[in-house]
Amino acid sequence: MKKPKFKVDKHTLTPKHAKLSEKEKTQLLERYHVTSKELPKILKTDAALREMDAKPGDVVKITRKSPTAGESVFYRVITDV
Amino acid sequence: MADTISEYESKLPLHIIKEVRDNAPKGLSDAKLRKVMETIYEEYKGARVHPGEAVGLIAAESIGEPGTQMTLNTFHFAGVAEMNVTLGLPRIIEILDGRKDLENPMMEIYLKKPYATGKKIEELRHLALQIKETRLKDISTELTINIADLTIELKLNKEKMREIDVTNSKVIDAISKQLKGYTIRDNKDSLTLKSRSKEDTFNEAYKAKEKVKDVTIKGIKGIRQVLPVKRDEEFVIITSGSNLADVLQLEEVDAYRTTTNNIFEIEQVLGIEAARQTIVNEITKVIEDQGLNVDVRHIMLVADTMCVSGTVKGITRYGVVSEKSSVLARASFETPIKHIINAALVGEVDNLDSVVENVMVNQPVPIGTGLPSLAVKAPQKSKEK
Repeated sequence: MKKPKFKVDKHTLTPKHAKLSEKEKTQLLERYHVTSKELPKILKTDAALREMDAKPGDVVKITRKSPTAGESVFYRVITDV
Repeated sequence: MADTISEYESKLPLHIIKEVRDNAPKGLSDAKLRKVMETIYEEYKGARVHPGEAVGLIAAESIGEPGTQMTLNTFHFAGVAEMNVTLGLPRIIEILDGRKDLENPMMEIYLKKPYATGKKIEELRHLALQIKETRLKDISTELTINIADLTIELKLNKEKMREIDVTNSKVIDAISKQLKGYTIRDNKDSLTLKSRSKEDTFNEAYKAKEKVKDVTIKGIKGIRQVLPVKRDEEFVIITSGSNLADVLQLEEVDAYRTTTNNIFEIEQVLGIEAARQTIVNEITKVIEDQGLNVDVRHIMLVADTMCVSGTVKGITRYGVVSEKSSVLARASFETPIKHIINAALVGEVDNLDSVVENVMVNQPVPIGTGLPSLAVKAPQKSKEK
């Protein structure tokens, strides 16, 4: 596929993606009593991660606009294909 | 005062915080505000979904019931010239099944400033024609095979060509790019194609003739129709047929608002989160079009479920259901024998963690009051004695 000229994360449909630091990641997993395997996944080839320096195993924090809560936070772990 | 509200920012959703900020009377004392916030927080805690609530079941019912009242037909767009839209139940099924080939793919192309205002109607028309796909068969009047020397001859419709602003050389360029191994001669009103390979048969020539018909001369592949529409003071191009990746490359297009109804294209171009948002938007649109009302929370749950694995999966036996960890749960959905045989072959274990398996073996299901279980704390050696 051709690489788009525009920034994917600025599209109105794409929410903000941000990588969590190691420390934030362990805090998150502790808070929800889960292992990183149990988090929802995002492919490392995902279009929204193209500009991000992220490797499999990292956790991405996604800040969505929500019609009910105003803003809602979602976490996904990066996986290989 | 602001500080007291800020303290609750991590505990309460943004909407509630904003409402308090906007509506709290000016001279409210700190203690009173704290009391208000505490009450709100208590109310909020009570309003949340309880652990063990069967949210999926409620979502299924809430979407399924209005589904019975939806149209089963595909209609023409009321008022808009000849554009088909899938709506009602067929569209809902299409989205939830996660189909890749839609019945009526459509795009909404937003434009950058000079085009969107509609002051230059001519340019807008020109742009729309740029986007629409023109194939060779649309600009040729006759397409024949010369059996004697196995050449393909095609007569060009000059009038049509002038209309969409292409010249002979552009046509030749397009053909030679998309159909390899042919030399093309330009006879002004017609073109002659001759195969370069020596072992040319009639069959080959026939195949090439069929292929050359569908060569894209101009525009973006897959866009069958274009229609500029005015929408709240702004011109938008609605298309039938969809090709998000290529349309977003265009200079004149506002790439940050342009969308398509093809969820897989969105996933490819904008990522899984955008796909999730599109699923929510598309389902909401269909339901609202039918004059029905379903809480977004149900739709968001379905969209989340379809997107947890990182790619869009339909609610089918190949999609979401195949991800279930329990053999019995998978078998209970569709094609039970296949699942049970496969599980037996590899020696799968079912831990009876979820609902369906437990119904099958006649045990309480782990939802609602069936969820909590008792644990006994091992008695510690008492120090008192």
